[in-house]
Amino acid sequence: MVHITMNGLAVEAERGSSLLEVARFYNFPIPTLCHEDGLNSYGACRLCLVEIGEAPKSKLVAACGYRVEEGMKVRTNSLRVQRARRLLLELYVATCPQSKRIQDLASEYGVRQCRYPVDGQPGAPWDPKTNCIQCGLCVRICAEQMMAGAIGFAGRGKSRHVARPFGMASEQCRQCGACLYACPVCELRCQASTAESLLCNGCLNFSPVCFQSYSDAMCFLEPCHACELSGPFRHEIGIKAHAPHDAGQKAAPSTGELK
Amino acid sequence: MISTAQRLVNLEDLHHAMRQGRDLLYPSQPKIMVGTATCGLAAGAEEVLHAVREEVANSQLPYQVTETGCIGWCSQEPLLDICIPGRPRVTYGRMKPGRAREIVRAIPEVKREWALAMMPGDENTLNGAHVNYCVPHNGHMDGLTAYKDLPLFKRQLRIVLRNCGIINPDSLEEYIARGGYHALWHALRKHTPEEILNEVKRSGLRGRGGAGFPTGMKWQAVRDAQGEPKYVICNADEGDPGAYMDRGVLEGDPHSVLEGMTIGGYAMGAHQGVIYVREEYPLAVMRMKQAIRQAEDAGLLGQSIFDSGFSFEIRVVKGAGAFVCGEETALIRSIEGKVGEPQQRPPYPAQHGLWGKPTCINNVESWANIAVIVQRGGDWFSQIGTAKSKGTKVFSLVGNIENTALIEVPMGTTLAEIVYEIGGGIPNARACKAVQTGGPSGGCIPADKFDLPVDYDSLNQAGSIMGSGGMIVMDDHTCMVDIARYFLEFLEDESCGKCFTCRVGTQRLKEIVTRISQGEGEEEDLDLLQDLGWLVREGSLCGLGQTAPNPVLSTLRYFRGEYMAHIRDRRCPAHRCRELITFEIDPVLCNGCGACVQICSGKAILGEKKKPHIITQAQCTKCGACLEMCKFDAVLVH
Repeated sequence: MVHITMNGLAVEAERGSSLLEVARFYNFPIPTLCHEDGLNSYGACRLCLVEIGEAPKSKLVAACGYRVEEGMKVRTNSLRVQRARRLLLELYVATCPQSKRIQDLASEYGVRQCRYPVDGQPGAPWDPKTNCIQCGLCVRICAEQMMAGAIGFAGRGKSRHVARPFGMASEQCRQCGACLYACPVCELRCQASTAESLLCNGCLNFSPVCFQSYSDAMCFLEPCHACELSGPFRHEIGIKAHAPHDAGQKAAPSTGELK
Repeated sequence: MISTAQRLVNLEDLHHAMRQGRDLLYPSQPKIMVGTATCGLAAGAEEVLHAVREEVANSQLPYQVTETGCIGWCSQEPLLDICIPGRPRVTYGRMKPGRAREIVRAIPEVKREWALAMMPGDENTLNGAHVNYCVPHNGHMDGLTAYKDLPLFKRQLRIVLRNCGIINPDSLEEYIARGGYHALWHALRKHTPEEILNEVKRSGLRGRGGAGFPTGMKWQAVRDAQGEPKYVICNADEGDPGAYMDRGVLEGDPHSVLEGMTIGGYAMGAHQGVIYVREEYPLAVMRMKQAIRQAEDAGLLGQSIFDSGFSFEIRVVKGAGAFVCGEETALIRSIEGKVGEPQQRPPYPAQHGLWGKPTCINNVESWANIAVIVQRGGDWFSQIGTAKSKGTKVFSLVGNIENTALIEVPMGTTLAEIVYEIGGGIPNARACKAVQTGGPSGGCIPADKFDLPVDYDSLNQAGSIMGSGGMIVMDDHTCMVDIARYFLEFLEDESCGKCFTCRVGTQRLKEIVTRISQGEGEEEDLDLLQDLGWLVREGSLCGLGQTAPNPVLSTLRYFRGEYMAHIRDRRCPAHRCRELITFEIDPVLCNGCGACVQICSGKAILGEKKKPHIITQAQCTKCGACLEMCKFDAVLVH
């Protein structure tokens, strides 16, 4: 066993386990988009960033791929981590505003503005060319669980994309649909009153909130997080019905360097 | 080119090869050398070499004609040198085939025309960083400046570049004649691996690839790591725009890298080495492969080198030229035949590297330092440089600078010394605005910070990095927003795209900076640049992403006013950003010569001969060709 300090708590962890596994075991929430149990960690989505070490030499690392080391100090929710998460989710919303999962995470982690322009309308159908976040889950599930390896990444930098070999149907593909199953973002967001706005939780600014006035226009799977925030829990987390647009941004410092 | 197929087993063999090399370096007959590194070839060295060979053959002259690497005087390429017994070596610049023929015909007289400098006596070592085994011809020539007195070379200390431009890179004997492979002999026959390792530690050498990790510590980690076999890798995947330090060494002195790697292998207990060179350096690949063959034939690579029982082999792996493959984990994956994408560290390559085995990756320049450190001792090396950065650093000095050059200076030399003394200042009497160091990962340092000593820590504090050694000098006609946009464009293509912050972050950064350069930016954009830059730096997986925002953040830090001019006044102070400038012709100054009409590709300039011309704004592409063409300063930019 390895002894580490997580959020000030002395905890034990199994040698070789990742920081993400340890944090989840001790119930410290860490959001992820590119991690699934049973698949190799990839470290692409960067959402699982945690702060390790001590100031001034502390740094952010991806918890999913970082193995525990004896005596290390980990903070899963420091101001620096929070700021990185919020800025990341802002970037994610701009990349794939259609995704319920991303919109939910954005609501949950207090993203109240998106400062990037988005190509096309937020309500537009999902387009893999512009909306894929390249978490690599489909590629990994195909190779590691389905033993097919029928899809992979092609290109580099801004032209990188998920592709079939030579862009043709592959004999390796058994059309099992595991790639669709694994995709974290091709689940549509809430289609209610604010479907045109970039941030789903825009409804927090309305009164009455959307689910009260559009009760039959909910997300088709589960209630979206913004709705939950504006529902019974709103007093607990202190969001007012007429919350200023950037209430969440003001709650935590967002400018200046956090060291 | 002479290749002895003899095996070098003991010191006597080495001395014998040295004598042979000395005869090649300073033959009893006149010798003509042409600098045929890539820089020389690009300037036309091949034609010059051909002309010289033809002239010598036609006249049946007993002269030797050899090639040599880049001495670093890039602005004067192609270079031609003549060595006449009893006289100093004389260098001629900007050679053309015709001129070269004249110089050859004049031998044994030394033609003074086009001569740039001479290299008398033992200055051949260029400041004596090197044990001088080789006594060249002495002599002096009036009216010619010696290399050591030239501003370009005066402040230089050439350890890594000790042989570049001096020896024929195709000749093993010439390398040995200048002290080559003596360090290897001493290491293998007189020292234990621990002693070598301690020597490297004592030298204080830090990785020359840019990050500056102490080389000795890295070697210790590999030596201590569990697992066999161990690997030694030379990172020659040089990709910064405007940087060619590694290429200069590989093409000019390939054996120095091989010797360094072999010594490293001995110290770390590795028996296999890989040189990872990019495909874009065909000459470097060719010269390295040839050097490996020569070393193998001479028994300097292979089984039981110098009868010591230590075996080492090196092979060359060509990379496809992806910038990200200079990152060590991506480089390893590329060698393994996988997609060149970085991996999370730890585990570090020292524990889990090539094929999962302990691996030491060092830059070309680091390896080229090793033989000298072993030969002269770590203490000697650590006297050079500053408290925390030891030794010298090679820079490619490019951009708006008088002397475009490949230089090597002791750490701690100030930027002012490099730009104004070695570099000779800015052409056309313009003012210097900034220096960009460290390539796309680095930042811009403004001219008022030029008293900054160049070492790892000072550059980091200034918001830039040492990087591998690219140094781009910019004059006051450079727009810093445009520079930031250029580097971001480079990075959005060269990011591997694996991690979200780097792939999308660089795209978004470029999007915002482009918007600003087009005069469509808002003041809030600057905060967004800061926020996003912070995220990309903090949140990215590898060194590429972690340093990718530097070009934006450093220009924003030092040139915020310039960003504000683009945003608030919709104006580009340097007249570079096309969307924000207009070209006009002054009707008084224009004499209607028509030169601009000829050059304008958009056919935007109208006017009769000898009458003032007019630019049709709708058709003007703002390329600036008319501005450069006009001899009467009649083209105005607003």
